[in-house]
Amino acid sequence: MNLFKSVLILAAAFLAVFAEAAFQLPRHLSGAQVDLLPALMIYAALNTNIVTVSLLAALGGLWFDSLSANPLGVSILPLFAVGFPICLRRDLVLRELPFAQVVLGAAASAAVPALCVLLLLTGGQEPLLGWGSLWQWLVMIAGGAVATPVLFALFDRCHHALGYPPRTETSFRPDREIRRGRQ
Amino acid sequence: MFKRRHYLALGAVTLVTALLLSLPSRAASHLKLGIGGLFLPLFGAVNTVRQLPGRAADTFLPRDELLKEIQSLRRENQQLKTQNLQAAATARENDQLRALVGWQRQQPWKLKLASVVLRDPANWWRTIQIDLGRRDGLVENLPVLTSDGLVGRVLSVGYTRSQVVLIGDPNCRVSARVLNPAHDMGIISPGGPLENSLVDLVYLSGNANLKPGQEVVTSGEGGIFPPGIPVGQIVDSRQAEFGLYTEARVKLSANPGALEQVWVLFPSPALD
Repeated sequence: MNLFKSVLILAAAFLAVFAEAAFQLPRHLSGAQVDLLPALMIYAALNTNIVTVSLLAALGGLWFDSLSANPLGVSILPLFAVGFPICLRRDLVLRELPFAQVVLGAAASAAVPALCVLLLLTGGQEPLLGWGSLWQWLVMIAGGAVATPVLFALFDRCHHALGYPPRTETSFRPDREIRRGRQ
Repeated sequence: MFKRRHYLALGAVTLVTALLLSLPSRAASHLKLGIGGLFLPLFGAVNTVRQLPGRAADTFLPRDELLKEIQSLRRENQQLKTQNLQAAATARENDQLRALVGWQRQQPWKLKLASVVLRDPANWWRTIQIDLGRRDGLVENLPVLTSDGLVGRVLSVGYTRSQVVLIGDPNCRVSARVLNPAHDMGIISPGGPLENSLVDLVYLSGNANLKPGQEVVTSGEGGIFPPGIPVGQIVDSRQAEFGLYTEARVKLSANPGALEQVWVLFPSPALD
């Protein structure tokens, strides 16, 4: 397991949750706050293992709920529900293509808040919903779609800059060496 | 397709979620504030970043402008002192009259200033976090306001910070009165998710005579908010449920989207 990548993803999730609570520019501009956790989950599901996906869902969800009025733990399952199937079927996804990243980011950003609200309503909570919520949902989807390829590029850069370079094998084989000249 | 590790992860995440969701509300609230405490080191960093432009602007502010501002503030201070004297005299007179009639003496408000440190990251709640907590004497359900009007109430209290639920959130309903001849009373309920400074005043009587611009204040009923705190102004009204009651839209006096500092209102005996 690439521990560095996992730690980087969890640190990014921590900072993303804090940034969503501290910086209000998207909310002032569009009336909705963009959630970066679904985009991070897509990256984690396509590039790391199930342990990192589970940790991201659990910790990211806990951090998000701790700063929100959500009941503690309600964001964990929606995040995991997005990451788990992608992690299972990631061999079928062309993860290097920006188009695939955008589509997956949009789908995840649509699914996570919808599942969250569904869980809240199931639990008897009364979240603030109305026709305006549709606009907020669209903003979140667009934000997630844009954020996913950006996150992929950022993480790849970080990984190249800070991680160990991949070990390259030499093509030289002593047993296949053609000996020239006189022995 | 499913490996053993996947089964284990699925089980573990489901178990953790079930455990967390079944926690008693008090334990969950404490745990929530504890986890939220992890973000404490970042609060300071963000405050510093936010203050940087202001400090940079202060450095380049001309001395003339500063002197002008000081003069204007001194003048304003004198006016406020005079108004305060007048208000004190009125309060004394009010106390004497209350004593004559045999009514209970009104307690003066005691306020504590708090800074808004974070906002709810979820789009379906309207809460903020302030930098006052249990160590500052805060308890749940204390009213929170600005000089413009009511903002909300304290929802949960940690040691150094608290969560405040704002007016317009489904968890903050306020009994309010319209300042019209009939003193119509209703309940402040959430408006739309996009309308930050508009809320609904519902369950007004069917024949309520409301006009745009009429002031809405807290009624004092419900035991959380004292009477007379400005809430907002009537924007428009309509009949609801086939004329059974009237609903009105109210523009909030305090803009919830631009809160930076708020006052927490303490009941007087708590600080004495």
